[in-house]
Amino acid sequence: MTDLGIVLIKIVLALVWFLVITLYLTWAERKESAVLQDRIGANRAKIFGLRLFGLFQPFADAIKMIFKEDFVPAFSRKFLHTLAPFLSFFFVAITISAIPFGDDIRVAGKTISLQIFDADIGLLFVLAMLSLGIYGIILSGWASNNRFALLGSVRGAAQLISYEVALGLSLVGLIMVYPSLRLSEIVRAQGGLLFGFLPAWGVFLQPVGFVLFLFAAMAETKRVPFDLPEGESEIIGFFAEYGGLKWGMFMMTDFMEILIVSTLLTTLFFGGWQVPGLAEGGFHFPWGGTWHLAPWLVAVFQVAAFNIKVFFFCWFQILIRWTYPRLRYDQLMDLGWKWLVPLGLLNILGTAIVMSL
Amino acid sequence: MLKALGYFVELLRGIWITTRHFVVNMWFHTLNLFGIKTKRKGAVTIQYPEQKKDLAARHRSLHRLMKREDGKPRCVACMLCVTVCPSECIVIEATEDPDPEIQKYPSTFVIDLNRCCFCGFCVEACPEDAIRMDTAKIDLAQTSHDALIFGLDKLLK
Ligand code: SF4
Ligand code: SF4
Repeated sequence: MTDLGIVLIKIVLALVWFLVITLYLTWAERKESAVLQDRIGANRAKIFGLRLFGLFQPFADAIKMIFKEDFVPAFSRKFLHTLAPFLSFFFVAITISAIPFGDDIRVAGKTISLQIFDADIGLLFVLAMLSLGIYGIILSGWASNNRFALLGSVRGAAQLISYEVALGLSLVGLIMVYPSLRLSEIVRAQGGLLFGFLPAWGVFLQPVGFVLFLFAAMAETKRVPFDLPEGESEIIGFFAEYGGLKWGMFMMTDFMEILIVSTLLTTLFFGGWQVPGLAEGGFHFPWGGTWHLAPWLVAVFQVAAFNIKVFFFCWFQILIRWTYPRLRYDQLMDLGWKWLVPLGLLNILGTAIVMSL
Repeated sequence: MLKALGYFVELLRGIWITTRHFVVNMWFHTLNLFGIKTKRKGAVTIQYPEQKKDLAARHRSLHRLMKREDGKPRCVACMLCVTVCPSECIVIEATEDPDPEIQKYPSTFVIDLNRCCFCGFCVEACPEDAIRMDTAKIDLAQTSHDALIFGLDKLLK
Protein backbone atom coordinates (compact mmCIF):
# COMPACT_ATOMS: atom_id res chain seq x y z
CA MET A 1 0.00 0.00 0.00
CA THR A 2 2.72 2.45 0.98
CA ASP A 3 4.70 1.39 -2.09
CA LEU A 4 1.76 2.19 -4.30
CA GLY A 5 1.36 5.52 -2.52
CA ILE A 6 5.03 6.36 -3.09
CA VAL A 7 4.73 5.55 -6.78
CA LEU A 8 1.62 7.70 -7.08
CA ILE A 9 3.34 10.61 -5.33
CA LYS A 10 6.33 10.23 -7.65
CA ILE A 11 4.09 10.24 -10.73
CA VAL A 12 2.26 13.35 -9.58
CA LEU A 13 5.47 15.18 -8.71
CA ALA A 14 7.18 14.26 -11.98
CA LEU A 15 4.16 15.29 -14.04
CA VAL A 16 3.83 18.58 -12.19
CA TRP A 17 7.54 19.28 -12.70
CA PHE A 18 7.25 18.36 -16.34
CA LEU A 19 4.15 20.38 -17.15
CA VAL A 20 5.14 23.48 -15.17
CA ILE A 21 8.54 23.62 -16.81
CA THR A 22 6.96 23.02 -20.22
CA LEU A 23 4.58 25.90 -19.59
CA TYR A 24 7.44 28.15 -18.61
CA LEU A 25 9.52 27.05 -21.58
CA THR A 26 7.05 28.99 -23.71
CA TRP A 27 7.83 32.02 -21.58
CA ALA A 28 11.56 31.29 -21.74
CA GLU A 29 11.39 30.98 -25.51
CA ARG A 30 9.70 34.34 -25.89
CA LYS A 31 12.00 36.09 -23.47
CA GLU A 32 15.21 34.52 -24.67
CA SER A 33 14.46 35.25 -28.31
CA ALA A 34 13.63 38.81 -27.29
CA VAL A 35 16.85 39.29 -25.36
CA LEU A 36 19.04 37.99 -28.11
CA GLN A 37 17.27 40.20 -30.64
CA ASP A 38 17.62 43.32 -28.45
CA ARG A 39 13.91 43.33 -27.61
CA ILE A 40 12.03 43.00 -24.33
CA GLY A 41 9.46 40.32 -25.08
CA ALA A 42 6.00 39.59 -23.72
CA ASN A 43 5.65 41.50 -20.46
CA ARG A 44 2.09 42.83 -20.39
CA ALA A 45 0.20 40.00 -18.72
CA LYS A 46 -0.43 41.09 -15.17
CA ILE A 47 -2.33 40.02 -12.09
CA PHE A 48 -3.25 42.70 -9.52
CA GLY A 49 -0.90 45.15 -11.22
CA LEU A 50 1.99 42.71 -10.85
CA ARG A 51 3.89 42.08 -14.05
CA LEU A 52 6.97 40.10 -12.97
CA PHE A 53 8.64 40.07 -16.41
CA GLY A 54 5.56 38.56 -18.00
CA LEU A 55 5.65 35.43 -15.87
CA PHE A 56 1.85 35.19 -16.11
CA GLN A 57 1.96 35.06 -19.89
CA PRO A 58 1.73 31.24 -20.11
CA PHE A 59 -1.51 31.35 -18.11
CA ALA A 60 -2.91 34.05 -20.35
CA ASP A 61 -2.02 31.89 -23.35
CA ALA A 62 -3.59 28.83 -21.78
CA ILE A 63 -6.82 30.69 -21.02
CA LYS A 64 -6.92 32.00 -24.57
CA MET A 65 -6.52 28.50 -26.02
CA ILE A 66 -9.13 26.98 -23.75
CA PHE A 67 -11.75 29.54 -24.77
CA LYS A 68 -11.11 29.24 -28.48
CA GLU A 69 -13.54 27.31 -30.61
CA ASP A 70 -12.74 23.62 -30.80
CA PHE A 71 -13.11 23.37 -34.54
CA VAL A 72 -13.16 20.06 -36.41
CA PRO A 73 -13.49 20.48 -40.17
CA ALA A 74 -16.45 18.67 -41.71
CA PHE A 75 -14.24 16.81 -44.19
CA SER A 76 -11.89 15.37 -41.59
CA ARG A 77 -12.05 11.97 -39.95
CA LYS A 78 -13.44 13.07 -36.61
CA PHE A 79 -12.21 10.36 -34.28
CA LEU A 80 -8.64 10.21 -35.59
CA HIS A 81 -8.52 13.97 -35.84
CA THR A 82 -9.28 14.23 -32.13
CA LEU A 83 -7.03 11.32 -31.20
CA ALA A 84 -3.87 12.62 -32.89
CA PRO A 85 -2.88 15.47 -30.51
CA PHE A 86 -3.52 13.26 -27.50
CA LEU A 87 -1.28 10.54 -28.96
CA SER A 88 1.64 12.92 -29.53
CA PHE A 89 1.15 14.41 -26.10
CA PHE A 90 0.95 11.05 -24.35
CA PHE A 91 4.00 9.45 -25.93
CA VAL A 92 6.20 12.39 -25.03
CA ALA A 93 4.81 12.78 -21.53
CA ILE A 94 5.33 9.12 -20.68
CA THR A 95 9.08 9.27 -21.33
CA ILE A 96 9.59 11.33 -18.20
CA SER A 97 8.87 8.19 -16.17
CA ALA A 98 12.25 6.68 -17.06
CA ILE A 99 14.38 9.71 -16.16
CA PRO A 100 16.30 9.54 -12.87
CA PHE A 101 16.02 12.85 -11.00
CA GLY A 102 18.45 11.99 -8.24
CA ASP A 103 20.22 9.26 -6.29
CA ASP A 104 18.25 6.88 -4.08
CA ILE A 105 17.12 8.52 -0.88
CA ARG A 106 16.38 6.79 2.43
CA VAL A 107 13.23 7.91 4.24
CA ALA A 108 12.15 6.08 7.41
CA GLY A 109 14.18 2.98 6.59
CA LYS A 110 12.87 2.81 3.03
CA THR A 111 15.02 3.27 -0.06
CA ILE A 112 13.24 5.39 -2.62
CA SER A 113 14.70 5.89 -6.06
CA LEU A 114 13.90 9.28 -7.56
CA GLN A 115 12.67 7.67 -10.74
CA ILE A 116 9.23 6.34 -11.55
CA PHE A 117 10.13 3.39 -13.70
CA ASP A 118 13.65 2.01 -13.35
CA ALA A 119 13.53 -0.54 -16.16
CA ASP A 120 16.59 -2.43 -17.32
CA ILE A 121 15.65 -1.32 -20.85
CA GLY A 122 15.22 2.30 -19.81
CA LEU A 123 17.11 3.78 -22.72
CA LEU A 124 15.29 1.66 -25.30
CA PHE A 125 11.99 2.54 -23.66
CA VAL A 126 12.70 6.26 -24.02
CA LEU A 127 13.76 5.93 -27.64
CA ALA A 128 10.76 3.74 -28.46
CA MET A 129 8.29 6.18 -26.92
CA LEU A 130 9.88 9.12 -28.68
CA SER A 131 9.55 7.33 -32.02
CA LEU A 132 5.94 6.38 -31.32
CA GLY A 133 5.18 10.08 -31.07
CA ILE A 134 5.34 10.14 -34.85
CA TYR A 135 1.97 8.37 -35.00
CA GLY A 136 0.43 11.56 -33.71
CA ILE A 137 1.93 13.48 -36.61
CA ILE A 138 0.97 10.98 -39.28
CA LEU A 139 -2.55 10.65 -37.90
CA SER A 140 -3.05 14.38 -37.70
CA GLY A 141 -2.02 14.85 -41.31
CA TRP A 142 -4.03 11.92 -42.56
CA ALA A 143 -7.16 12.59 -40.53
CA SER A 144 -7.21 16.27 -41.46
CA ASN A 145 -7.89 15.26 -45.06
CA ASN A 146 -6.01 18.34 -46.20
CA ARG A 147 -3.22 18.21 -48.76
CA PHE A 148 -0.93 20.60 -46.95
CA ALA A 149 -1.38 18.84 -43.64
CA LEU A 150 -0.66 15.50 -45.29
CA LEU A 151 2.42 16.93 -46.99
CA GLY A 152 3.66 18.18 -43.63
CA SER A 153 3.04 14.89 -41.90
CA VAL A 154 4.71 12.88 -44.65
CA ARG A 155 7.74 15.15 -44.46
CA GLY A 156 7.66 14.76 -40.70
CA ALA A 157 7.52 10.98 -40.94
CA ALA A 158 10.42 10.83 -43.39
CA GLN A 159 12.49 13.17 -41.26
CA LEU A 160 11.83 11.45 -37.96
CA ILE A 161 12.45 7.97 -39.34
CA SER A 162 15.76 9.06 -40.92
CA TYR A 163 16.95 10.71 -37.76
CA GLU A 164 15.78 7.81 -35.61
CA VAL A 165 18.58 5.78 -37.20
CA ALA A 166 21.22 8.39 -36.44
CA LEU A 167 19.84 8.83 -32.94
CA GLY A 168 20.11 5.12 -32.22
CA LEU A 169 23.60 4.81 -33.71
CA SER A 170 24.93 7.78 -31.77
CA LEU A 171 23.99 6.03 -28.53
CA VAL A 172 25.53 2.65 -29.30
CA GLY A 173 29.01 3.90 -28.40
CA LEU A 174 27.67 5.16 -25.10
CA ILE A 175 26.05 1.82 -24.31
CA MET A 176 29.38 0.13 -25.02
CA VAL A 177 31.19 2.42 -22.59
CA TYR A 178 28.65 2.07 -19.79
CA PRO A 179 27.56 -1.48 -20.36
CA SER A 180 23.95 -0.92 -19.35
CA LEU A 181 20.65 0.29 -20.74
CA ARG A 182 19.37 1.14 -17.29
CA LEU A 183 19.36 4.91 -17.05
CA SER A 184 20.04 4.98 -13.31
CA GLU A 185 23.04 2.72 -13.87
CA ILE A 186 24.36 4.95 -16.67
CA VAL A 187 24.16 7.98 -14.40
CA ARG A 188 25.85 6.13 -11.56
CA ALA A 189 28.68 5.05 -13.86
CA GLN A 190 29.37 8.72 -14.60
CA GLY A 191 30.24 9.47 -10.97
CA GLY A 192 33.97 8.77 -11.12
CA LEU A 193 36.87 10.84 -12.38
CA LEU A 194 38.82 10.48 -15.61
CA PHE A 195 42.60 10.94 -15.31
CA GLY A 196 41.99 12.28 -11.82
CA PHE A 197 40.43 15.61 -12.81
CA LEU A 198 37.75 15.22 -15.50
CA PRO A 199 34.35 13.96 -14.39
CA ALA A 200 33.64 10.68 -16.14
CA TRP A 201 30.72 12.16 -18.03
CA GLY A 202 29.52 10.80 -21.33
CA VAL A 203 30.51 13.96 -23.17
CA PHE A 204 34.19 13.33 -22.35
CA LEU A 205 34.04 9.62 -23.09
CA GLN A 206 31.91 9.96 -26.23
CA PRO A 207 32.45 13.47 -27.67
CA VAL A 208 31.49 12.41 -31.20
CA GLY A 209 28.48 10.53 -29.90
CA PHE A 210 27.42 13.67 -28.05
CA VAL A 211 27.55 15.87 -31.15
CA LEU A 212 25.69 13.29 -33.23
CA PHE A 213 23.06 12.83 -30.56
CA LEU A 214 22.66 16.60 -30.26
CA PHE A 215 21.99 16.98 -33.99
CA ALA A 216 19.70 13.98 -34.21
CA ALA A 217 17.77 14.92 -31.10
CA MET A 218 17.31 18.49 -32.30
CA ALA A 219 15.89 17.04 -35.51
CA GLU A 220 13.54 14.88 -33.43
CA THR A 221 12.10 17.93 -31.71
CA LYS A 222 11.20 19.23 -35.23
CA ARG A 223 11.95 22.80 -34.29
CA VAL A 224 13.43 25.47 -36.41
CA PRO A 225 16.57 24.32 -38.12
CA PHE A 226 14.68 21.07 -38.74
CA ASP A 227 11.07 22.30 -38.81
CA LEU A 228 10.11 20.82 -42.17
CA PRO A 229 6.96 19.13 -40.85
CA GLU A 230 5.65 22.59 -39.96
CA GLY A 231 7.31 24.80 -42.55
CA GLU A 232 5.35 27.82 -41.34
CA SER A 233 6.09 29.96 -44.36
CA GLU A 234 5.14 27.47 -47.06
CA ILE A 235 2.99 24.49 -46.13
CA ILE A 236 1.76 25.43 -42.62
CA GLY A 237 2.28 21.86 -41.55
CA PHE A 238 0.57 18.86 -40.13
CA PHE A 239 -1.60 20.86 -37.71
CA ALA A 240 -3.07 23.10 -40.38
CA GLU A 241 -6.60 21.93 -39.52
CA TYR A 242 -6.27 22.25 -35.78
CA GLY A 243 -7.28 25.08 -33.55
CA GLY A 244 -7.73 25.98 -29.92
CA LEU A 245 -6.68 23.51 -27.31
CA LYS A 246 -5.76 20.73 -29.73
CA TRP A 247 -3.35 22.99 -31.55
CA GLY A 248 -2.09 24.01 -28.11
CA MET A 249 -1.39 20.37 -27.35
CA PHE A 250 0.78 20.04 -30.46
CA MET A 251 2.62 23.17 -29.38
CA MET A 252 3.02 21.83 -25.85
CA THR A 253 4.35 18.59 -27.32
CA ASP A 254 7.07 20.55 -29.08
CA PHE A 255 8.14 22.17 -25.85
CA MET A 256 7.90 18.89 -23.99
CA GLU A 257 10.24 17.40 -26.54
CA ILE A 258 12.77 20.14 -25.82
CA LEU A 259 12.56 19.26 -22.17
CA ILE A 260 12.86 15.52 -22.81
CA VAL A 261 15.85 16.02 -25.08
CA SER A 262 17.44 18.19 -22.42
CA THR A 263 16.89 15.59 -19.73
CA LEU A 264 18.29 12.91 -22.03
CA LEU A 265 21.37 14.99 -22.86
CA THR A 266 21.87 15.58 -19.14
CA THR A 267 21.31 11.97 -18.18
CA LEU A 268 23.37 10.37 -20.90
CA PHE A 269 26.19 12.84 -21.50
CA PHE A 270 26.39 15.23 -18.56
CA GLY A 271 26.24 12.96 -15.57
CA GLY A 272 22.54 13.33 -14.73
CA TRP A 273 22.32 14.28 -11.08
CA GLN A 274 26.07 13.79 -10.49
CA VAL A 275 27.98 16.75 -9.13
CA PRO A 276 31.75 16.28 -9.52
CA GLY A 277 33.18 15.51 -6.10
CA LEU A 278 29.82 15.12 -4.40
CA ALA A 279 29.26 11.64 -3.07
CA GLU A 280 27.67 10.08 -0.02
CA GLY A 281 28.67 12.09 3.05
CA GLY A 282 29.51 15.36 1.32
CA PHE A 283 32.01 16.92 -1.05
CA HIS A 284 35.30 15.08 -1.45
CA PHE A 285 37.85 17.50 -2.80
CA PRO A 286 40.58 16.08 -5.04
CA TRP A 287 43.26 17.52 -2.74
CA GLY A 288 41.99 15.46 0.16
CA GLY A 289 39.59 17.57 2.22
CA THR A 290 35.96 16.67 2.85
CA TRP A 291 33.01 18.96 3.42
CA HIS A 292 30.49 16.93 5.37
CA LEU A 293 26.85 17.32 4.39
CA ALA A 294 23.69 15.75 5.74
CA PRO A 295 22.21 13.07 3.43
CA TRP A 296 19.13 15.17 2.63
CA LEU A 297 21.36 18.09 1.68
CA VAL A 298 23.30 15.85 -0.69
CA ALA A 299 20.01 14.79 -2.29
CA VAL A 300 18.95 18.42 -2.65
CA PHE A 301 22.27 19.29 -4.26
CA GLN A 302 21.91 16.42 -6.70
CA VAL A 303 18.37 17.26 -7.75
CA ALA A 304 19.37 20.90 -8.10
CA ALA A 305 22.36 19.94 -10.24
CA PHE A 306 20.08 17.86 -12.46
CA ASN A 307 17.69 20.78 -12.85
CA ILE A 308 20.43 23.28 -13.61
CA LYS A 309 21.87 21.05 -16.31
CA VAL A 310 18.43 20.51 -17.82
CA PHE A 311 17.73 24.26 -17.82
CA PHE A 312 21.03 24.91 -19.49
CA PHE A 313 20.19 22.57 -22.33
CA CYS A 314 16.71 24.05 -22.69
CA TRP A 315 18.37 27.45 -22.97
CA PHE A 316 20.82 26.09 -25.48
CA GLN A 317 18.14 24.55 -27.68
CA ILE A 318 16.15 27.76 -27.72
CA LEU A 319 19.34 29.60 -28.63
CA ILE A 320 19.86 27.27 -31.58
CA ARG A 321 16.25 27.65 -32.64
CA TRP A 322 16.65 31.44 -32.83
CA THR A 323 20.04 31.33 -34.57
CA TYR A 324 19.75 29.13 -37.63
CA PRO A 325 17.50 29.20 -40.68
CA ARG A 326 15.66 26.12 -41.80
CA LEU A 327 17.46 23.41 -43.79
CA ARG A 328 16.25 22.60 -47.27
CA TYR A 329 14.73 19.15 -47.62
CA ASP A 330 17.65 17.61 -49.51
CA GLN A 331 20.12 19.18 -47.09
CA LEU A 332 18.18 17.65 -44.23
CA MET A 333 18.34 14.20 -45.76
CA ASP A 334 22.02 14.68 -46.65
CA LEU A 335 22.85 15.62 -43.09
CA GLY A 336 20.98 12.63 -41.75
CA TRP A 337 22.10 9.90 -44.11
CA LYS A 338 25.46 11.11 -45.45
CA TRP A 339 26.90 12.59 -42.27
CA LEU A 340 25.25 11.46 -39.09
CA VAL A 341 24.77 7.79 -39.94
CA PRO A 342 28.32 7.15 -41.30
CA LEU A 343 29.86 9.18 -38.48
CA GLY A 344 27.77 7.18 -36.02
CA LEU A 345 29.09 3.93 -37.49
CA LEU A 346 32.67 5.26 -37.39
CA ASN A 347 32.13 6.27 -33.79
CA ILE A 348 31.05 2.74 -32.91
CA LEU A 349 34.12 1.35 -34.67
CA GLY A 350 36.45 3.80 -32.95
CA THR A 351 34.92 3.12 -29.56
CA ALA A 352 35.29 -0.62 -30.09
CA ILE A 353 38.96 -0.26 -31.10
CA VAL A 354 39.81 1.98 -28.14
CA MET A 355 37.99 -0.31 -25.71
CA SER A 356 39.73 -3.46 -26.95
CA LEU A 357 43.20 -1.93 -26.63
CA MET B 1 34.89 17.91 -47.01
CA LEU B 2 36.44 21.38 -46.92
CA LYS B 3 33.06 22.83 -47.79
CA ALA B 4 31.43 21.02 -44.89
CA LEU B 5 34.13 22.39 -42.60
CA GLY B 6 33.30 25.87 -43.86
CA TYR B 7 29.64 25.34 -43.00
CA PHE B 8 30.64 24.18 -39.56
CA VAL B 9 32.76 27.28 -38.96
CA GLU B 10 29.89 29.49 -40.06
CA LEU B 11 27.52 27.62 -37.73
CA LEU B 12 29.86 28.35 -34.84
CA ARG B 13 30.16 32.00 -35.86
CA GLY B 14 26.37 32.30 -35.96
CA ILE B 15 25.90 30.87 -32.52
CA TRP B 16 28.70 33.11 -31.24
CA ILE B 17 26.83 36.19 -32.44
CA THR B 18 23.51 35.23 -30.83
CA THR B 19 25.20 34.16 -27.60
CA ARG B 20 27.08 37.45 -27.44
CA HIS B 21 23.87 39.41 -27.90
CA PHE B 22 22.18 37.34 -25.23
CA VAL B 23 24.97 37.72 -22.67
CA VAL B 24 25.53 41.44 -23.26
CA ASN B 25 21.82 42.30 -23.16
CA MET B 26 21.28 40.11 -20.13
CA TRP B 27 24.15 41.90 -18.36
CA PHE B 28 22.54 45.30 -18.92
CA HIS B 29 19.07 44.00 -18.00
CA THR B 30 20.45 42.67 -14.72
CA LEU B 31 22.29 45.89 -13.92
CA ASN B 32 19.16 47.94 -14.64
CA LEU B 33 17.03 45.58 -12.57
CA PHE B 34 19.19 46.32 -9.54
CA GLY B 35 18.84 50.03 -10.15
CA ILE B 36 22.28 50.60 -11.60
CA LYS B 37 22.03 53.16 -14.38
CA THR B 38 23.88 52.30 -17.57
CA LYS B 39 24.28 54.35 -20.69
CA ARG B 40 23.28 51.41 -22.85
CA LYS B 41 20.03 49.54 -22.27
CA GLY B 42 19.49 45.82 -22.73
CA ALA B 43 16.80 46.42 -25.36
CA VAL B 44 15.97 49.07 -27.90
CA THR B 45 12.24 48.67 -27.30
CA ILE B 46 10.14 51.74 -26.48
CA GLN B 47 7.30 50.68 -24.17
CA TYR B 48 4.75 52.66 -26.12
CA PRO B 49 1.79 53.81 -24.08
CA GLU B 50 3.96 54.61 -21.06
CA GLN B 51 7.01 55.80 -22.96
CA LYS B 52 6.66 57.96 -26.01
CA LYS B 53 9.15 58.75 -28.65
CA ASP B 54 9.53 62.44 -29.58
CA LEU B 55 7.75 63.21 -32.83
CA ALA B 56 9.71 64.76 -35.64
CA ALA B 57 9.22 68.51 -36.15
CA ARG B 58 7.54 67.88 -39.51
CA HIS B 59 5.33 65.09 -38.25
CA ARG B 60 1.72 65.36 -39.48
CA SER B 61 -0.71 64.69 -36.65
CA LEU B 62 -4.34 65.69 -35.99
CA HIS B 63 -5.46 68.90 -37.73
CA ARG B 64 -6.33 72.11 -35.95
CA LEU B 65 -7.78 75.40 -37.16
CA MET B 66 -5.94 78.58 -36.18
CA LYS B 67 -7.75 81.55 -34.64
CA ARG B 68 -7.53 85.29 -35.07
CA GLU B 69 -6.96 87.60 -32.11
CA ASP B 70 -10.72 87.86 -31.54
CA GLY B 71 -11.15 84.08 -31.42
CA LYS B 72 -12.80 83.60 -34.80
CA PRO B 73 -11.26 81.07 -37.23
CA ARG B 74 -8.61 82.43 -39.53
CA CYS B 75 -10.07 80.48 -42.40
CA VAL B 76 -11.60 82.59 -45.19
CA ALA B 77 -13.46 79.65 -46.79
CA CYS B 78 -11.48 79.90 -50.03
CA MET B 79 -12.00 76.17 -50.64
CA LEU B 80 -8.40 75.57 -51.67
CA CYS B 81 -8.00 72.79 -49.13
CA VAL B 82 -11.27 71.20 -50.25
CA THR B 83 -10.04 71.25 -53.82
CA VAL B 84 -6.61 69.83 -53.12
CA CYS B 85 -7.67 67.16 -50.69
CA PRO B 86 -7.11 63.78 -52.46
CA SER B 87 -9.48 61.97 -50.13
CA GLU B 88 -12.28 64.52 -50.51
CA CYS B 89 -12.83 64.55 -46.80
CA ILE B 90 -13.16 68.29 -46.08
CA VAL B 91 -16.61 69.88 -46.23
CA ILE B 92 -16.90 73.67 -45.85
CA GLU B 93 -19.96 75.88 -45.94
CA ALA B 94 -19.08 79.53 -46.49
CA THR B 95 -21.01 82.43 -44.91
CA GLU B 96 -20.64 86.15 -45.43
CA ASP B 97 -18.54 87.90 -42.88
CA PRO B 98 -19.61 91.42 -41.76
CA ASP B 99 -16.00 92.59 -42.06
CA PRO B 100 -15.45 93.55 -45.74
CA GLU B 101 -11.73 92.87 -45.35
CA ILE B 102 -12.44 89.20 -44.65
CA GLN B 103 -15.57 88.70 -46.75
CA LYS B 104 -16.21 85.00 -45.92
CA TYR B 105 -15.87 82.63 -43.02
CA PRO B 106 -16.79 78.93 -42.67
CA SER B 107 -20.05 78.31 -40.84
CA THR B 108 -19.28 74.58 -40.93
CA PHE B 109 -15.86 73.03 -41.35
CA VAL B 110 -15.84 69.26 -41.20
CA ILE B 111 -12.90 66.92 -41.67
CA ASP B 112 -13.89 63.28 -41.99
CA LEU B 113 -10.90 61.51 -40.45
CA ASN B 114 -12.29 58.15 -41.61
CA ARG B 115 -11.17 59.14 -45.08
CA CYS B 116 -8.24 61.44 -44.37
CA CYS B 117 -4.89 59.99 -45.37
CA PHE B 118 -2.83 62.57 -43.48
CA CYS B 119 -1.07 63.75 -46.61
CA GLY B 120 -0.85 67.33 -45.37
CA PHE B 121 -1.85 68.88 -48.71
CA CYS B 122 -4.55 70.95 -47.03
CA VAL B 123 -1.90 72.58 -44.83
CA GLU B 124 0.30 73.36 -47.81
CA ALA B 125 -2.59 74.73 -49.88
CA CYS B 126 -3.96 77.13 -47.29
CA PRO B 127 -3.07 80.74 -48.13
CA GLU B 128 -4.06 81.99 -44.66
CA ASP B 129 -2.12 79.47 -42.56
CA ALA B 130 -5.53 78.66 -41.09
CA ILE B 131 -5.10 74.88 -40.88
CA ARG B 132 -2.15 73.09 -39.33
CA MET B 133 -1.30 69.51 -38.44
CA ASP B 134 0.93 70.05 -35.44
CA THR B 135 -1.19 68.97 -32.46
CA ALA B 136 1.10 65.95 -31.82
CA LYS B 137 -2.03 63.85 -31.26
CA ILE B 138 -1.51 60.49 -32.90
CA ASP B 139 -3.65 58.07 -30.89
CA LEU B 140 -6.87 58.82 -32.74
CA ALA B 141 -8.53 55.40 -32.74
CA GLN B 142 -12.24 55.43 -31.95
CA THR B 143 -14.89 52.75 -31.65
CA SER B 144 -17.35 54.39 -34.03
CA HIS B 145 -17.10 56.17 -37.36
CA ASP B 146 -19.09 59.15 -36.10
CA ALA B 147 -16.51 59.92 -33.46
CA LEU B 148 -13.96 60.45 -36.21
CA ILE B 149 -15.89 63.21 -37.97
CA PHE B 150 -14.38 66.40 -36.59
CA GLY B 151 -16.35 69.65 -36.81
CA LEU B 152 -15.48 73.27 -36.09
CA ASP B 153 -15.82 72.86 -32.32
CA LYS B 154 -13.23 70.08 -32.13
CA LEU B 155 -10.89 71.55 -34.71
CA LEU B 156 -10.75 74.96 -33.06
CA LYS B 157 -9.86 73.58 -29.66
S1 SF4 C 1 -4.38 65.73 -44.73
FE1 SF4 C 1 -4.74 65.29 -46.89
S2 SF4 C 1 -6.45 63.86 -46.85
FE2 SF4 C 1 -6.39 64.84 -44.83
S3 SF4 C 1 -7.78 66.56 -44.97
FE3 SF4 C 1 -5.74 67.33 -45.48
S4 SF4 C 1 -5.60 67.17 -47.71
FE4 SF4 C 1 -7.34 65.90 -47.08
S1 SF4 D 1 -7.38 76.60 -47.60
FE1 SF4 D 1 -7.25 77.53 -45.56
S2 SF4 D 1 -8.43 79.42 -45.78
FE2 SF4 D 1 -8.94 78.17 -47.55
S3 SF4 D 1 -10.78 77.05 -46.91
FE3 SF4 D 1 -9.05 75.75 -46.43
S4 SF4 D 1 -8.56 76.26 -44.33
FE4 SF4 D 1 -9.88 77.88 -45.06
